[in-house]
Amino acid sequence: MKISVYRYNPETDRQPRMQTYQVKTFQGMMLRDALLEVKKQDESFSFRHSCGEGVCGSDGVNANGRNVLACITPVTELKEPVQVRPFPGRPVIRDLVVDMTRFYEQYRAVKPYLVRKDPLPEQEILQSPQERDRLDGLYECILCGCCSTACPSFWWNPEKFHGPAALLQSWRFLADSRDQATEERLDALDGPYKLFRCHSIMNCVEVCPKGLNPTRAIGRIKELMLEKGL
Amino acid sequence: MSIPTRHFDALIVGAGGAGLNAALQLAGAELRVAVVSKVFPTRSHTVAAQGGVNAALANVLPDSWHWHMFDTVKGSDYLGDQDAIEFMCREAIPTVYELEHAGVPFSRLDDGKIYQRAFGGQSQRFGGEQAARTCAAADRTGHAILHTLYQQNIRARSHFFDECFAIDLVRDGEGVICGALVLEIETGEPLLIEAKATLLATGGWGQVFRTTSNAHINTGDGAAMALRAGVPLMDMEFYQFHPTGIAGKGMLITEGVRGEGGYLINKDGERFMERYAPRAKDLASRDVVSRAIVTEVKEGRGCGEQGDYVMLKLDHLGEAVISKRLPGIRESSRIFAGADPVVEPIPVFPTAHYAMGGIPTDRFGRVAMPAGHGAEEVVVGLYAAGECACASVHGANRLGGNSLLDILVFGRLAGKDIIDYVRENPYQRSVHSASLDQAMSRLERWGQKGEGLTVQQLRAELRRCMEDHAGVFRTEDVMAEGYRKLCALRERLPAVRLTDHSKVFNTARIEALELENMMDVGLSIAVSALHRQESRGAHSRPDYPQRDDQTWLKHSLYYREGDHMDYKPVRTKPLTVESFPPKERVY
Repeated sequence: MKISVYRYNPETDRQPRMQTYQVKTFQGMMLRDALLEVKKQDESFSFRHSCGEGVCGSDGVNANGRNVLACITPVTELKEPVQVRPFPGRPVIRDLVVDMTRFYEQYRAVKPYLVRKDPLPEQEILQSPQERDRLDGLYECILCGCCSTACPSFWWNPEKFHGPAALLQSWRFLADSRDQATEERLDALDGPYKLFRCHSIMNCVEVCPKGLNPTRAIGRIKELMLEKGL
Repeated sequence: MSIPTRHFDALIVGAGGAGLNAALQLAGAELRVAVVSKVFPTRSHTVAAQGGVNAALANVLPDSWHWHMFDTVKGSDYLGDQDAIEFMCREAIPTVYELEHAGVPFSRLDDGKIYQRAFGGQSQRFGGEQAARTCAAADRTGHAILHTLYQQNIRARSHFFDECFAIDLVRDGEGVICGALVLEIETGEPLLIEAKATLLATGGWGQVFRTTSNAHINTGDGAAMALRAGVPLMDMEFYQFHPTGIAGKGMLITEGVRGEGGYLINKDGERFMERYAPRAKDLASRDVVSRAIVTEVKEGRGCGEQGDYVMLKLDHLGEAVISKRLPGIRESSRIFAGADPVVEPIPVFPTAHYAMGGIPTDRFGRVAMPAGHGAEEVVVGLYAAGECACASVHGANRLGGNSLLDILVFGRLAGKDIIDYVRENPYQRSVHSASLDQAMSRLERWGQKGEGLTVQQLRAELRRCMEDHAGVFRTEDVMAEGYRKLCALRERLPAVRLTDHSKVFNTARIEALELENMMDVGLSIAVSALHRQESRGAHSRPDYPQRDDQTWLKHSLYYREGDHMDYKPVRTKPLTVESFPPKERVY
């Protein structure tokens, strides 16, 4: 198959370009395999990848205009010629490698950790299966960045709008029956940008490789704000 | 040339479960800690652990840390150090509660307690009925734990050096290790991190095998750094092949599938584990199940056109259980095997999975090596924890659910010990220029230009060789040939050249440095395996089918210098209880 990849090396290139490679396909081939094949032909090609099974979140790329995790995207699902570019809206470091600093900053900004104020019990903090079920669809996020870098609100305001991935984690802790910082979390989300820049465009839901739904989580946060405000 | 230098109380190399749990202890004690990781921390391979973490909480069935200890000693084929094992099994309980308090979203029982499932090699009352000891967050326990630890480190404001590759350890004029030279991947520039104590928590090296459940990053960097620093690697012949990797691909299908009631069948539909382990069946120890699968295939009872795999059946569990308890493997199986386990079985075959051996440590994570006359000495300022270390709690075979436990318990302990060490040794030693030059030369070597072999080529040959010559069954001839091939590969290594000499995010250069590490680690496995003339745990030799406690109840130590082997005794005396003497190991 023909695969066209985005090439840019800041040390030698003034302009980015697309470079086409011919790679041999095999049964069950994923996009990551194709990129590895390109790497074999041309070791100067750089991209991030690691686990190869969709759990580490390293190899998010934009394939034919859509953000995907390369290791769980079968090449048969991609129309030729396949065009692979870095995530949109992020500064390119080299080839498919983008600078995710803002993305991680926004993640850290929502204080993504359990806050417990009561004294801790000797054993586990009890949580019913129903309470635990509320975390399904939230804790599984692998921070690949497919969602936030597909979000127009994040493109425009990456330093002010938390973006879908961070907000999904914000709700993950608000939804946790063990967490005791609801007020602080909601207060911190106030204002026109951090949360409210979400215009429910739903690109995040469309592209999430783990099938998660950040838009719904954002909606839940807004509902909770209303409820607490009343 | 002057290299930018940073100073910290402690340097942690690796941001998986062990490194992050150690970092949390240090940050909590107000020490300045630097965590260096070649990937963003949540991409570390702890994230891929599925089934769970063992602790005798007795939430589902009666349990005790002492039974857990017995199972671990037996599982280790009596090669594990019983003081370290007792310690780990006792610590398991507060460790899991601590994780839960930190926010890990464990699955829950109706009474609100942590869900625990059955796993291989577990028993009640020292070999009795099956136990349920593995605390799980569905089948994404590693993900849940790694993310929680990273989150708590955000809270603790640990200092991370993300996407920095550790090139080598550095020493002061007296030879004491005092930090590491690292490479910032994004800029391609070296950075010296000086620290009073250094912890290696770099994980495993499954990448030395062609078919593996391990990630691209698992190249044994820390183990190879230790080897180059003159530290031996312990029990390297004991490498675990997980019974159920997706056939032909190697991705992990958790033992939790069998814990929840799934079982293996051959081409005749026979539940063949009944023949190999009449009592425990599919929940026998991993070494036992892997050998059974390979034997079924060798004897012509494999499935598929080539007859080269067996089937893991779980459709009888029903969609509700599979969606609730095993959602991740359902997803993996659909994507990589094209099989929805709700309706059809998953094709599986053993996959290189876990290193029982590694950098020898005591139970406080301090690197310890023989100092002549059988005595052991701590390597001042150097620690190791997690898969790269060998405490040794897994001996010749690790039980499922004990690896997350190992990294958490010993990561934490190493952190605590470093706190004491730094308080007692508050002054930073300065790096000797010769040591720094030596470390820099590792990097500069890859600046050589011209025609040569490629990294990809040698890497592929190495991985193929390890798979063919250091697999589930090993005989003298096969291993000796493997060693010859590896020596030939090692000799060709200096002829490898990069064509890409750029600096910014040059992954080819990182892979070249990793290849050198993989070569050293691969050799340590091959040499250690060749020397051990018995079958024990994961080291299975048809030419020496029996375990030989008379001669071989001892730990192997491999030194890089001259591929030299040495041995040291197993610590059979626990801390407070009676020792478990070696017995025949049946499941």
